[in-house]
Amino acid sequence: MEKSQDIQLKGIGDSDYQYGFQDPDVSVFKTREGLDEDVVRQISAMKGEPEWMLDYRLKGLKHFQQRPMPSWGPDLSDLDLDHLIYYVRPSEKSEKSWDEVPDTIKNTFDKLGIPEAEQKFLAGVGAQYESEMVYHSIQEHLEKMGVIFLSIEDGLRQYPDLFRKYFGTVVPFTDNKFAALNSAVWSGGSFVYIPKGVHVDLPLQAYFRLNIANIGQFERSLIIADEGSQVHYVEGCTAPQYTTNSFHSGVIEIIVGKNARVRYSTIQNWSTNVYNLVTQRAKVFENGTMEWVDSNLGSKITMKYPSCYLMEEGAHGEILSMAFAGKGQIQDAGSKMVHFAPNTSSKVTSKSISKNGGRSSYRGLVKIMPKAVNAKANVVCDALILHGQSQSDTYPTMEIDQQKVSVGHEASVSKIGEEQLFYLMSRGLSEEDATTMVVSGFIEPLVKELPMEYAVEMNRLIQIQMTGAVG
Amino acid sequence: MTGLEIKNLSVNIHDKEIIKNFSLKVPKGEIHAVMGPNGTGKSTLSYSIMGHPAYHPTQGEILLNDQIINDWSPDQRSQAGLFLAMQYPVAVPGVSVANFLRTAMNIRRKAANPSDKGIPIPEFRKILKEKMAYLKMDPSFSSRYLNDGFSGGEKKRAEVLQMAMLKPEIAILDEIDSGLDIDALRIVAEGINTLAQENQMGILIITHYQRLLDYIKPDVVHIMMDGHIVLSGKSELALELEEKGYDWIRQEQPLP
Repeated sequence: MEKSQDIQLKGIGDSDYQYGFQDPDVSVFKTREGLDEDVVRQISAMKGEPEWMLDYRLKGLKHFQQRPMPSWGPDLSDLDLDHLIYYVRPSEKSEKSWDEVPDTIKNTFDKLGIPEAEQKFLAGVGAQYESEMVYHSIQEHLEKMGVIFLSIEDGLRQYPDLFRKYFGTVVPFTDNKFAALNSAVWSGGSFVYIPKGVHVDLPLQAYFRLNIANIGQFERSLIIADEGSQVHYVEGCTAPQYTTNSFHSGVIEIIVGKNARVRYSTIQNWSTNVYNLVTQRAKVFENGTMEWVDSNLGSKITMKYPSCYLMEEGAHGEILSMAFAGKGQIQDAGSKMVHFAPNTSSKVTSKSISKNGGRSSYRGLVKIMPKAVNAKANVVCDALILHGQSQSDTYPTMEIDQQKVSVGHEASVSKIGEEQLFYLMSRGLSEEDATTMVVSGFIEPLVKELPMEYAVEMNRLIQIQMTGAVG
Repeated sequence: MTGLEIKNLSVNIHDKEIIKNFSLKVPKGEIHAVMGPNGTGKSTLSYSIMGHPAYHPTQGEILLNDQIINDWSPDQRSQAGLFLAMQYPVAVPGVSVANFLRTAMNIRRKAANPSDKGIPIPEFRKILKEKMAYLKMDPSFSSRYLNDGFSGGEKKRAEVLQMAMLKPEIAILDEIDSGLDIDALRIVAEGINTLAQENQMGILIITHYQRLLDYIKPDVVHIMMDGHIVLSGKSELALELEEKGYDWIRQEQPLP
């Protein structure tokens, strides 16, 4: 359509980001700008950690300092690591009641609708503000069944043996430069343990909020689903819009035990000054299932490749990934599936949308190790480009060291076509309504996997992002 | 005049004139058929009337209820009461037929009354069920994604279903019979006849073959060749054409 050349859809990458409000800095402690051994020691001391954890942090720091920046992927040269603040303590401790959370912070989470959602449809909520969890609570009956849902610090304090058994075993500090950084300065995140056979029916949610400018948030979560258990963990993220950059670099480690099932859903909606470089990985054991539902709408640059290591026979991994890049945004999203054992299976569905000059990419790896006889892997990547100057790239890698496998890969790129728009407009939809409808349809396979409340929220976010003057 | 009027319309595609000085009147409540051989500009005509951006009139006027609509966008034309059942409906994966129809109906309601809150879901379901029943469509059809993986016949039924839900004043049916077997053709034709009577709709049938006109009886038949109408007559004209073929017209009507 001729006039679609100058469509200016607002939203993503534009200034009407609805979570961009700022609150005053209420922090009770901050480390100085930049990072060195003293800063790491200070963080560890603040948390009153055991010696082994400090050692681990220092090893992470050393590795981070030695390791070069990644030579592939988006340009990170604007990320000024020397002038970031690596630790900001917003309050004295993590509370189990919202009434105990300092007012300014509580108001923020009220505005984001978290306590309300908790009452309506969540089994537990963790809320992180700057570097620390300020709130963490779970339904009493789950607690009685032995479900643990704590801030990561409380997890380390209260369950030191369980913690140490698994911490760093899924994502070692040597994994990549930013995993090393996280290992050095991690703070906040959740510690979750689901006992054998326990099914947690409602989702557990963690919400991450960055408030002040120029800080880094390095949450670290460890989720252990014991044999035959089930859990759905949801994370959401927002931040104010600043002209300078902030940085979020989390590490998520998940253990999916025999016959267990874990789903981890992300609705990433950072403001467009946030670098979001995250390492998320699950180790999946015999007949276990791990599902990542990963939606990336916000941030300046996201690099995020949730992965499944399929360790034992019958393990199954799935990734449903959606990335939406608007003006000035780069969404470098993807997945990693590594098949170590026989009869393991994996499925990747990636949906990327680019508008107003945004770039979204799928970067993925399927690796089949020699022992993985009869492994099955399937990758489907679809890209939708809303405007000519936007870009979408696909970087699929397959490494297959076993003959008896079934591996499939399909990729498609489409532009919202003149014919599609004409068809919908001939039924009375405006160009904007028609475009929004095509986008909603495109991501429907992902949205229908979300719990109803999140699906509604997701559709609302897409609508907001598509709102604006057309032609 | 209440209805559709086309005055001396010419339309170019890639600098080639496809529609040439074309004129036609379809008053509300009348059924007109435009017949013609392939490549004579019939689909170009239907796209032009609906406002496809690639089909710009170089001269002439399209009027709907006495208003010139040449510069209106397709959605404005739709909301003013025009409908085009397309020869090749486009798939919209991920959007269910029901969801799509409800959105389209709500947009119309909102245009008519800005404070409208949208059609209540039970009411919508009731109407949809009713319309699908008389088009003999399986109820599960409404949860399928719009035109995605539909057979030729399903696409045509879906077009008529949309028409039934949106209740246009003037409907253009572009090769609505292609892809339909004889049973489906009968059902779709009955549906169209019922709608035409209920709503006093004006209909412009665009077709290559006469067989649809056995089921939907036109008031007027127009023969289109080389971008304009060369002959108009009563419904018997279609039968004569079926018998003698387009060559008969070519001999009768020397082309400009």
